[in-house]
Amino acid sequence: MEMPRPNPQILSQKAELIARLSKVLPADAVISDPSETRAYECDALTAYKCPPLAAVLPSSTQEVSDVLRICHDMGVPVVPRGSGTSLAGGALPTEDSVILGVARLNEVLETDYDNRFIRVQSGRTNLSVTGAVEQDGFFYAPDPSSQLACAIAGNIAMNSGGAHCLKYGVTTNNLLGVTMVLMDGTVIELGGAHLDAAGYDLLGLICGSEGQLGVVTEATLRILHKPEGARPVLMGFDSNEVAGQCVSDIIKAGVLPVAIEFMDRPCIRACEAFAKAGYPDCEALLIVEVEGSDAEIDEQLETIMQIAQSHNPVELRQSTSAEESAKIWLGRKSAFGAMGQINDYMCLDGTIPVNELPFVLKRIGEMSAEFGLDVANVFHAGDGNMHPLILFDANKPGDLERCEALGAAILKLCVEVGGCLTGEHGVGIEKRDLMVDQYAPEDLSIQMAVKDVFDPQWLLNPAKVFPLAASETHRIAAE
Amino acid sequence: MLTPQTEAELAAIVAEAEGPFRVKGGGTRPIGGATNATALTTRALTGVELYEPGALTLVVKAGTPLAEVEALLASEGQRLPFEPMDHRGVLGTTGEPTIGAVFAANVSGPRRIQAGAARDYLLGVRFVDGQGQVLRNGGRVMKNVTGYDLVKLMAGSFGTLGVLTEVALKVLPDTATTATLTLPDLEDAMAVKALSRALGSPFEVTGAAHRPSGPEGRPLTLLRLEGSEKSVAYRAAELTKVLEPFGNLQVMHDTASSAEIWRDIRDVAPFHNVDGDVWRLSVTPSDAPGVVAQIPGAKALYDWGGGLIWLLVPEGTPPEKVRAPLAATGGHATLIRGANTGVAFQPLDPTVEALQRGLRHKFDPRGVFNPGLMGHTA
Repeated sequence: MEMPRPNPQILSQKAELIARLSKVLPADAVISDPSETRAYECDALTAYKCPPLAAVLPSSTQEVSDVLRICHDMGVPVVPRGSGTSLAGGALPTEDSVILGVARLNEVLETDYDNRFIRVQSGRTNLSVTGAVEQDGFFYAPDPSSQLACAIAGNIAMNSGGAHCLKYGVTTNNLLGVTMVLMDGTVIELGGAHLDAAGYDLLGLICGSEGQLGVVTEATLRILHKPEGARPVLMGFDSNEVAGQCVSDIIKAGVLPVAIEFMDRPCIRACEAFAKAGYPDCEALLIVEVEGSDAEIDEQLETIMQIAQSHNPVELRQSTSAEESAKIWLGRKSAFGAMGQINDYMCLDGTIPVNELPFVLKRIGEMSAEFGLDVANVFHAGDGNMHPLILFDANKPGDLERCEALGAAILKLCVEVGGCLTGEHGVGIEKRDLMVDQYAPEDLSIQMAVKDVFDPQWLLNPAKVFPLAASETHRIAAE
Repeated sequence: MLTPQTEAELAAIVAEAEGPFRVKGGGTRPIGGATNATALTTRALTGVELYEPGALTLVVKAGTPLAEVEALLASEGQRLPFEPMDHRGVLGTTGEPTIGAVFAANVSGPRRIQAGAARDYLLGVRFVDGQGQVLRNGGRVMKNVTGYDLVKLMAGSFGTLGVLTEVALKVLPDTATTATLTLPDLEDAMAVKALSRALGSPFEVTGAAHRPSGPEGRPLTLLRLEGSEKSVAYRAAELTKVLEPFGNLQVMHDTASSAEIWRDIRDVAPFHNVDGDVWRLSVTPSDAPGVVAQIPGAKALYDWGGGLIWLLVPEGTPPEKVRAPLAATGGHATLIRGANTGVAFQPLDPTVEALQRGLRHKFDPRGVFNPGLMGHTA
């Protein structure tokens, strides 16, 4: 993966930079020893590594502002980092950059049940936001699978989703306001506890901007009362087409499940071997979950079971207890662990129109044979967000390159059928060079023009999202 | 008025423009007032490009009448979840609202409190920028984080960044039954408390409004439940228990009457055909009654659990009279009906205003779209 060449002038000013940063931060918040900066050399896309010049861990909006002002003065690139769980390389540093980690910004600032919001510092983990309100029956809806570790800052940067977004939406639909620091150190407030911020929807714009427009230090998030209950049903089918049709029929019937998860045969087998969840050995498996009171769940599941029956399932199992529900989810939730046990894997994240599912799975099967690498599919079927897992052996020369080539081919397929490169992980460096397959040059230009407005010097996470060749003129013009 | 028949024609008109344009769809929502600019409408750009009920997605040209979109969705038992209001009654306009303008003005209705705003359902856009380039952002799938979300930026930008030519949106299933629950005679602060209690329950309230002066001249607090008949009945019974401290909850199970009640709230019917300026305030619900109390002579209608205040004030009421109380609470106010149109939009913090101006300059360097609207003079 190509990254911009480090600026030798910045490298030579390391001592001065550290001295200035140390004046505005406590000693333990400035990390510059090469043995320690190594901890920040990559995120969850571990194939690419590069230790930063330094890492800083500010504990307040003011400290973030001070750090950014200094880096702005000295022309030092800054790579914001939440918890470092990005699968797209969103927090990958360059040798001449400062990692700005928000891990110490983890306080709950305000909880308001009457107005149904929580205000937190952005380094707080996703799950601990729910943790702060669940004793009172509330929760924060977006639930990326890394929710135990991932930070709200990263969720906002990548506009993270999760398994339940068919009903509750993704981060952008649950974000009410932010405190954000611009690259020059200016602190701004967007939105608040009210709905629909004044002026342009800058909140919507910064959500998913991959830390390129500003550093979010505080966030006001919408919280909801937990549903009374939830219950899944598991269905097995002997073809992907039939499973796809079943999803479409459920949606058309007017039932809105909170989650519809899809697994294909390679994934079912791996998960079953790993987790012993009692999954049938079939071509396609669906887990459909609905929420409400017991009676409401019964009513919705009756409709869903009828639709499933009409498609001749090889297995149809409604949970009747919390234990059974947990067992149905167990296999799905262990998918990544199960794959990791078999081999190294790369997790893709394209989205396709739901009705293209059978065709896309068939093509992925053919491509998998062509490239000689196994692919297993887990899939948020309600919203078309696919997670093909390509298995490869990192120790085998050429395997990573082949895996990346197959990944690129699958993502291009997603775009060809009317979908997109990434549904919830973000572009980062991973999909940067594929952006030209999704967008025309002028469509990318206007996006880069947005960055020109927020960060005229292109210092914030500059080597991400856009192909380097496309962003080069913007980055050079900024120097 | 310029009425291009195709996107390409529209792009050519903009590229060759010498003077500014007033961008519109059906012209039923002239918020922020008129300018001397040449009217440019998308109303001839009509037609459904794609409708996949099983994927909950619709792609439609921007000038397509909203009524046509709603009828098409109804034919498949689906709807626009954000319930866009019809401004014709409150603004005294005529014409046919278009789907593009719904998004350009980010128009939502009572269900916004539960389902989200128009912008939350916009998946993709095509638009013509200020130099006459046709640009694209987003797509037609529900989850998409590929590049910057200019889709959200375009929503609610009132045609100041570009002219929408096509929109892709997420739709949802319609519901079978609607019930309206009412509480009588609550003063505003107590009413908002009751609405908060209901919205903070697990019973999925899809409308939460308060009329200080209801149909019978007395205060009326209203809640809406939608869903299957059984589910609505169950939730109504549960809410009756939850709201017991606030009085005697009346449940009206007639779906047709509920439709009328909530259409009137959506379209601010009490302020139709009466004198006075109409303001729209977005605030934190608990702050709403206090804000209203500080504006002398104001009549209020609360929606979104109190978070949306429709305010009727004497004609020519200075904007600062309406906006001053918001300084302490946060939130913003837009003049929807009134003569003082140069100040229709809430003034922004200078840094945010500068960002907004910067963006506008990138999208429309010559300043040809809606000069004077949204805090910017060309």
